[in-house]
Amino acid sequence: MEVEELSQSHASLPGSARRSYQGYIRHKWLVLVVGVVLLLMLTIVSIMSGSANLSISQVLAALVGSGDDYSRIVVWNLRMPHILTAMVGGVALALAGCSFQSVLRNPLASASTLGVAQGAAFGASVAIIVLGAGGTSAAHEAVVFSSPSLTAVCAFGGAMLSTLVILGLSRFRDMTPESIVLAGVALSALFSGATALVQYFAEDTQVAAVVFWTFGSLRRVTYRELAIMAAVTAACAIFFHFNRWNYNAMESGEASAHSLGVNVKGVRLVNMLVATVASSTIIAFCGIINFVGLVAPHVMRRFIGSDYRYLLPSSAVAGAVLLLASDLLASSLVPSVVLPISAITSFVGAPLFLWLLMRGAHR
Amino acid sequence: MTTNGSTLDARELAFKYRHSGQILHDVSASITPGSFLAILGMNGSGKSTFLSCLDGLLSPQKGVVILDGTQLKQVSREDRAKSIAYVTQHSHANRLTVYDALLLGRKPYIRSMPSAQDYQAVDDVIERLDLTPFALRYVDELSGGEYQKIIIARAFVQQADVLLLDEPTNNLDMANQAEVLQLVRDEVDTRNLAAAAVMHDVNLALRYCDRFLLIKEGRVLDCGGPEVITPESIQQVYGISADIITHNGHRIVIPL
Repeated sequence: MEVEELSQSHASLPGSARRSYQGYIRHKWLVLVVGVVLLLMLTIVSIMSGSANLSISQVLAALVGSGDDYSRIVVWNLRMPHILTAMVGGVALALAGCSFQSVLRNPLASASTLGVAQGAAFGASVAIIVLGAGGTSAAHEAVVFSSPSLTAVCAFGGAMLSTLVILGLSRFRDMTPESIVLAGVALSALFSGATALVQYFAEDTQVAAVVFWTFGSLRRVTYRELAIMAAVTAACAIFFHFNRWNYNAMESGEASAHSLGVNVKGVRLVNMLVATVASSTIIAFCGIINFVGLVAPHVMRRFIGSDYRYLLPSSAVAGAVLLLASDLLASSLVPSVVLPISAITSFVGAPLFLWLLMRGAHR
Repeated sequence: MTTNGSTLDARELAFKYRHSGQILHDVSASITPGSFLAILGMNGSGKSTFLSCLDGLLSPQKGVVILDGTQLKQVSREDRAKSIAYVTQHSHANRLTVYDALLLGRKPYIRSMPSAQDYQAVDDVIERLDLTPFALRYVDELSGGEYQKIIIARAFVQQADVLLLDEPTNNLDMANQAEVLQLVRDEVDTRNLAAAAVMHDVNLALRYCDRFLLIKEGRVLDCGGPEVITPESIQQVYGISADIITHNGHRIVIPL
């Protein structure tokens, strides 16, 4: 259909486009509400899963602070820490993925492809192997982290390093989004190589601790660490929210965004920094979590398009749903064993991604 | 809504990329209200670079761009975007509906939420350009011609006083070329818009534009009304022989 057909006189009433548009916006809200309901249902199912055998009335009572002590302890001490961690982590990774994909105009941009995850693994390796923050307990033959804070700080530092190097390079030379992504890929390889070297000279027990850390886990996070993650995520979410019009403009191309008043280079660099802080914080406490930041925005684009006013909140909900569902699977697939969360997110995310590709998903 | 009648002046612009030779040599031109300027020249002559300098996307090493008496680099990004709309060659079709893509034209005006005025500006353009049946289609599903029309419509929603277009009829068939340029011509005539377009088709330029800037190897050869398009100037700019005939009151360039 060509322009002349566009311009054919249609019997449309004045303002009818706006009314149709308002209906379309209601559809987006509906998708968002469905996502939130799904998240709440998953939360209830997650709380009820496991050996505590709580009834739904006990769960609901415990959630509002009443009910018996046993239910409250199970809900708030055993279940909610990792459920809330999954929600906060999913939100942060999905929002960071949205930001990366927009400012770099690249559907593959995420913490995993830009060297953030590999940098974190390198930082954790240094903490565990060089600084002695982890190993194997002789008594229990289990992996222990003698200094989880040190591991988290080093992982955070390593995760930030990749982006800081890219930002540093871009101060000396204008870098296109393509060259930024390629620099991220190169730094990923560099960090992976450095991690392998550090591990090569380490003892078996230390290597085991590093491998265990990179598996990722939502269950080693304390309420104090969760509070840090939630505060950082909330601050970053507010920042992303205020950039939603910039994202819409930047997806039209640099020159178009410039013409619409966007400081393209500034928005790109600051957003990369903030998105890296968001994802690094989660990775520092939970270990590597694959695919959430990549898949959640793509899934929601499929349903509601690329308008970031709605894509940001709905991707955040999708990220939380994806990570919570993965956590539920990780703890229920094999009795008495919690499988590595990064493996499960990959197993859930990869087929979802393939399905999107097969369905001809856009971006 | 008529524009405020802004003028964009380029004075002796000189520009070179980091590893290139000199692209522009002291190029001067004015984009004035109620006038549609065609920027003509061979590929690689610096036309698009000149347009990018006019919008502030590129900073010339020498010379100034002046918007209504103020140097463009001293104008804030938002104010510049309210005054100058730039339709680029390389705009990417993303997964926004046509309505959302047009609403994006209000970006310089939107603080947080679009106001009633912003929606009204979109509604007006949709109605004026008969876009209602397409309002909810995703722009990445439109044909090239439809998409180009939406991008120009977004520039109208931007309600800027100056419109810059970089090869707006690229890859369009004859009917779409005429449609797109007529849209701009109508805005120039009815809203007192100041427009400039980089163009390759001299005959389309003669049909829809009223002023012509001839550029060769980054230098201005001539600038003025239709009288500057002569067999001699065509020979100078494009290196080919041509005749110019008049048909139904329109001048037509015929390469020999």
